[in-house]
Amino acid sequence: MGKKLLLKNDHIPGIQSYEVYRNTGGYTSVEKALKSMTPDAVTEEVKKSGLRGRGGAGFPTGMKWSFLAKPPGVARYLVCNADESEPGTFKDRYLMEHIPHLLIEGMITSSYALGANASYIYIRGEYYYITRILEKAIAEAYKNGWLGKNILGTDFSHDLYVHVGAGAYICGEETALLESLEGKRGNPRIKPPFPAVAGLYGCPTVVNNVETIAAVVPIINDGGEEYAKVGIGKSTGTKLISASGHINKPGVYEIELGVPVEEFIYSDEYCGGIWNNKKLKAVVAGGSSVPILPAELILKTAAGEPRLMSYESLSDGGFATGTMLGSGGFIVMDETTSIVKNLWNFTRFYHHESCGQCSPCREGTGWMEKVLHRILEGHGKMSDVDLLWDIQSKIEGKTICPLGDAAAWPVASAIRHFRSEFEEMIEKVEQQRNLKKEFSV
Amino acid sequence: MQNDNIKFSDQSLDYVHSLMKRYPEGKHKSALIPILHVAQAQFDGWLSPAVMDYVASILKIQPVEVYEVASFYSMFNLKPVGKCLIEVCRTSSCWLRGAEDIVSHLENKLLIKVGQTTSDGMFTLKTVECLGSCGTAPMMQVGTDFFENLNKEKTDSLLQKFRSEGKRRTYLDEPETRNT
Repeated sequence: MGKKLLLKNDHIPGIQSYEVYRNTGGYTSVEKALKSMTPDAVTEEVKKSGLRGRGGAGFPTGMKWSFLAKPPGVARYLVCNADESEPGTFKDRYLMEHIPHLLIEGMITSSYALGANASYIYIRGEYYYITRILEKAIAEAYKNGWLGKNILGTDFSHDLYVHVGAGAYICGEETALLESLEGKRGNPRIKPPFPAVAGLYGCPTVVNNVETIAAVVPIINDGGEEYAKVGIGKSTGTKLISASGHINKPGVYEIELGVPVEEFIYSDEYCGGIWNNKKLKAVVAGGSSVPILPAELILKTAAGEPRLMSYESLSDGGFATGTMLGSGGFIVMDETTSIVKNLWNFTRFYHHESCGQCSPCREGTGWMEKVLHRILEGHGKMSDVDLLWDIQSKIEGKTICPLGDAAAWPVASAIRHFRSEFEEMIEKVEQQRNLKKEFSV
Repeated sequence: MQNDNIKFSDQSLDYVHSLMKRYPEGKHKSALIPILHVAQAQFDGWLSPAVMDYVASILKIQPVEVYEVASFYSMFNLKPVGKCLIEVCRTSSCWLRGAEDIVSHLENKLLIKVGQTTSDGMFTLKTVECLGSCGTAPMMQVGTDFFENLNKEKTDSLLQKFRSEGKRRTYLDEPETRNT
């Protein structure tokens, strides 16, 4: 059984409520930080912990915090990214629904470190029912003196608000999220300036994922060095993995980073193996945006080493033979799955979700969807595979935000690893077409 | 163009004002999306131009600032919808576990296609992108509630329940106890 830091108490009845949360050690990180640490010392612990952003990019959190500009007399903001929309990802929903006070505690402790007197939790609109859970928990935190003016009798005052979105994957990109929070369309901003300098309302702002902020709680309670002892190498701590698809036990699992992928898929502690006694065909390991890998490459690296659930091991081999940990949205496909159809599904998603600002993404995602659709409908040509490759290569790296890359990578990786499946599908209909021609002469 | 018949209830108006107070002075436009949710829930599940104009007047912003936002986000309906807007997730994890079967079953039962509304105005069927319910796939959202681990039988009994209750479901409803 791996170590649990975030979900160690989620099974306790009533943990959603303030009393039970507090009685099981809740809010001690706020006490410790406000009473015995300077804000910079809190940031220092987060740096020592090696915590990396849990939303998908994996950027070191302590470093992100230290970039925050601190001009005198200018408000600073912490914004929690709870827009969880990456296909295959549902861990933040689980955390907020089952243990809301953990996020609120993390928000207060993190805001103290950043010197932010106001913070927002931006939550996707479809999770409207969770806003009620969070708002109830926030009201309890105010009532018990953890939010509001002069918290614990110190100089630190803080207000925390929930802000609800309305359905747009792009708002998970931090500058689109800030635009949306300002009451506008979710069009990503050109960087620089980065949010750390000019974010919400032009003020210095840190945007962190739900799980990242929650992880600050054990880091402050136990110390950054203790946290860094969990996990493997530069992949410190634990990670929430959202497991879905053709497995026996879909769900959210907190793993110690470094668990072998094979153990994660087949052990009863986690996914419990492939459903219906089928064989594993492919895995999308970190949400729809990361490269898909065939069974042999997800279980072992190209060098034949066992692949581990860590930032480094999953990306071993680069995009040629590796992938990314991403958001931890772990989608498993059995031997019956059509890779071509799944790719069409993903491509349609990105076309639907492109904000439309950048031509390569706006047009390119639509073209890829159309080409894949015609292959599936039996109108594909052999040259379509190269055409798809060409389109994706002209999106990657040529857009304001990473949605373009996220749309390109699934296409590139599906062709890289499953080219023959595309070709066989096209070949079959080409033969039929030729046969029809012969008979019609 | 102001329509005098379009007004928030006193209770909604209090809530709208409390939403505007969540943002710093002069930044109340931030409340636009949350207020549009309140408006959609109160005014028959969709945002007519008159409703959007009314929201603009409350926030003291130009109507076009409301239109451009309302048309960007997928949860805002710019055309009338049935009392129950059924939103079935169609993205990968749900597709892998049979979302297509659920959609065609709903089409057969309701005698409509995706995007259409039943003639009695009770149901509108829509497919949507990933709702973060991948571990309990396939699923659909109706109003505020997620209905998960769907199969044909479960879908049938939900349709029956919605029909017998006959009420409009909104994102702002009190959630039902979730039965996953």
